[in-house]
Amino acid sequence: MTATVSNLGSLVPAVQAAPAEMLPPLEADAGAFSLTEVMRVAFDSLLANKTRSFLTMLGVIIGVASVVALLSLGDGAQASITGEVQSIGTNLLTIIPSSPGTRAMGPGSLSGNTPQTLSLDDAEAISALNLPVTGVSPQFSAGADIVAAAADKNAQVVGTTPAYFVVNELYPANGSLFTETQERSAEPVVVLGANLAKDLFGNGQAVGQTVRVKDVALRVVGVLAPKGSNGFGSVDDQAFVPLSLAQQRMFGARTPDGNSYRVGSISVAAQNPADLTSIEDRITVLLRERHRTKADGSTDDFRVVNMASALDTLNSVTTILTGFLAAIAGISLLVGGIGIMNIMLVSVSERTREIGLRKAVGARGQDILVQFIVEALVVSVTGGVIGLSFGALIAGLVSLSGLLTATVSLSSVALALGFSLAVGLFFGIYPARRAARLNPIDALRHE
Amino acid sequence: MFFVPWSLCGERMISKTGGLTIMTDSMISVTDLRKVYRMGEVEVQALRGVSFEVVKGEFVAIIGHSGSGKSTLMNMLGCLDTPTGGTYRLDGVETQDLGDDDLALVRSIKLGFVFQQYNLLPRQTALRNVEMPLIYRGVPAARRKARAAMALRMVGMGERMEHRPNELSGGQQQRVAIARALAGSPSLLLADEPTGALDTKTSGEIMDILTSLNRKQGLTVIVVTHEPDVAAYAGRVLTLRDGQLISDSAPRRAVAGPQTLERSI
Repeated sequence: MTATVSNLGSLVPAVQAAPAEMLPPLEADAGAFSLTEVMRVAFDSLLANKTRSFLTMLGVIIGVASVVALLSLGDGAQASITGEVQSIGTNLLTIIPSSPGTRAMGPGSLSGNTPQTLSLDDAEAISALNLPVTGVSPQFSAGADIVAAAADKNAQVVGTTPAYFVVNELYPANGSLFTETQERSAEPVVVLGANLAKDLFGNGQAVGQTVRVKDVALRVVGVLAPKGSNGFGSVDDQAFVPLSLAQQRMFGARTPDGNSYRVGSISVAAQNPADLTSIEDRITVLLRERHRTKADGSTDDFRVVNMASALDTLNSVTTILTGFLAAIAGISLLVGGIGIMNIMLVSVSERTREIGLRKAVGARGQDILVQFIVEALVVSVTGGVIGLSFGALIAGLVSLSGLLTATVSLSSVALALGFSLAVGLFFGIYPARRAARLNPIDALRHE
Repeated sequence: MFFVPWSLCGERMISKTGGLTIMTDSMISVTDLRKVYRMGEVEVQALRGVSFEVVKGEFVAIIGHSGSGKSTLMNMLGCLDTPTGGTYRLDGVETQDLGDDDLALVRSIKLGFVFQQYNLLPRQTALRNVEMPLIYRGVPAARRKARAAMALRMVGMGERMEHRPNELSGGQQQRVAIARALAGSPSLLLADEPTGALDTKTSGEIMDILTSLNRKQGLTVIVVTHEPDVAAYAGRVLTLRDGQLISDSAPRRAVAGPQTLERSI
């Protein structure tokens, strides 16, 4: 009996059929305009303009992806710097010569033109302090040609004591390291870095062979296990000889007063990294006394490089840099937000009639407001999630390339999603308010 | 019959007026209703003191030429606009002093609208379109769907619930619009030029539906039109001119037939 109205040919059945059913009174209204409905309407309207919604989203996608990628690359860079410094040892102090007033940056300057003001006596005086250290290791290094039977190579020759191997955690792969006795008696022995041994002897046995450096014939007693770069020239490319040998017979490093020998630098490894600062202070005071420089440090001819504080400095630099880059990426997120606002305003004016209709059938201003804010949020948060996956993908690809190990941290995920939520809310409110304030009569008449 | 003072109602009021009501109760009471529009320097008096009563179950046509104030009166009756002066009581609710949110609530609970241009949401099915007002009343999905389907069957659109507006003829779209107006069990159905975009035959069908809703269900119907043929379906005709009511009469029912339903301008 309900279908008769669709018989359009006749007027009479329509009149009779229309009230065949009667709607029961609508009771006990729940009152709340449910979130599912809001979401449904939001998705409907976004799907109706797929290209436009996607392009709007793209601003947020690019913004969030770049923020996430930059933050994780920054974290990765920081981790890799920290790792490199830690491979040298964060419990390490290096004392290097320094001209008064200059701020030589790190041990890289030890091969420069800085006068070599440190002596073996200084190192012995530091040892005599009986500080809580695992070793005090003076070294004197210079570049020299190393001549083997079949090949020769210019390399850094490091004259040092066996403590150096302990301090720097170097171990022999073949043969052995030279001993305290060999060092004291300036025995002509040499320990080769892994690459250097390969360069000089190919894949053949290096231990037991003889090389000549500065006309001194040296017996190869050991080859070090490969260590990789430590950031300041690889130990794999260096040759290690007893300090006394280097000072006396190879490089003639007697001090100007003739009483001692010069050293290039002194490494001190603390037993406990927590003691580093106090050890640094003790050494500084000692050396100022010995070198007769002013207690305020203004005339210091040496510098104590603390690896831990160098690491702190580096870390704060990378943090600032990362934050700076992420902020620039954040600007693109802002631009994406303006894109959302723009499109939402277009959408409001396109849907003026719809808004008028919804208001006419009982939607309140706040219902319309919530509707449009949710739409903006759906765009920005969906864009945020997609952007996050892209950012993580970029970080993953960079990690795969082996450049850095970039991991997406939970905090950068939270930051990216929080930001896109805030962008959607902030830039969605203005268009939504405009929609909510539309007069239903004007809106219904709108063409 | 009892009237609940609007001020005593909660956020959402339970409608007590669905279905049959006692015919002699007042549905609309308009007293000295005035509306002044200000257009720059010029004041336009769209309504200059209109007063009338409509009891429950009446079928009233409001006619007048363009500029007569009938659209303004329609907006007032539909709680879409507030008067500059006078009072308007709708089904026991004094509406003239209500704020926007309360007016939205009155529209939601008391009123059903039918527009000349149907105003269906183009991408939604007929069913979703009819559900729409119920969404804003917070009716749960299952009950909403059932009501919307029932309303669609009442106007003979039971077979086309899943069609979108562009798959429907003008007359069918207007039926969907009527179903949408009915879904919330309104006290008053307001139709603004409901046949304005339809041909003569379809116009007759739409007016027949409105007539039968009025006769069989006791629904109070007000039609705003400039077509005497459409007004002829109503039991009572109010004529407006220059913002004033110039006649209140009950015209004779026109003989239903294609010849007499020709459009007049």
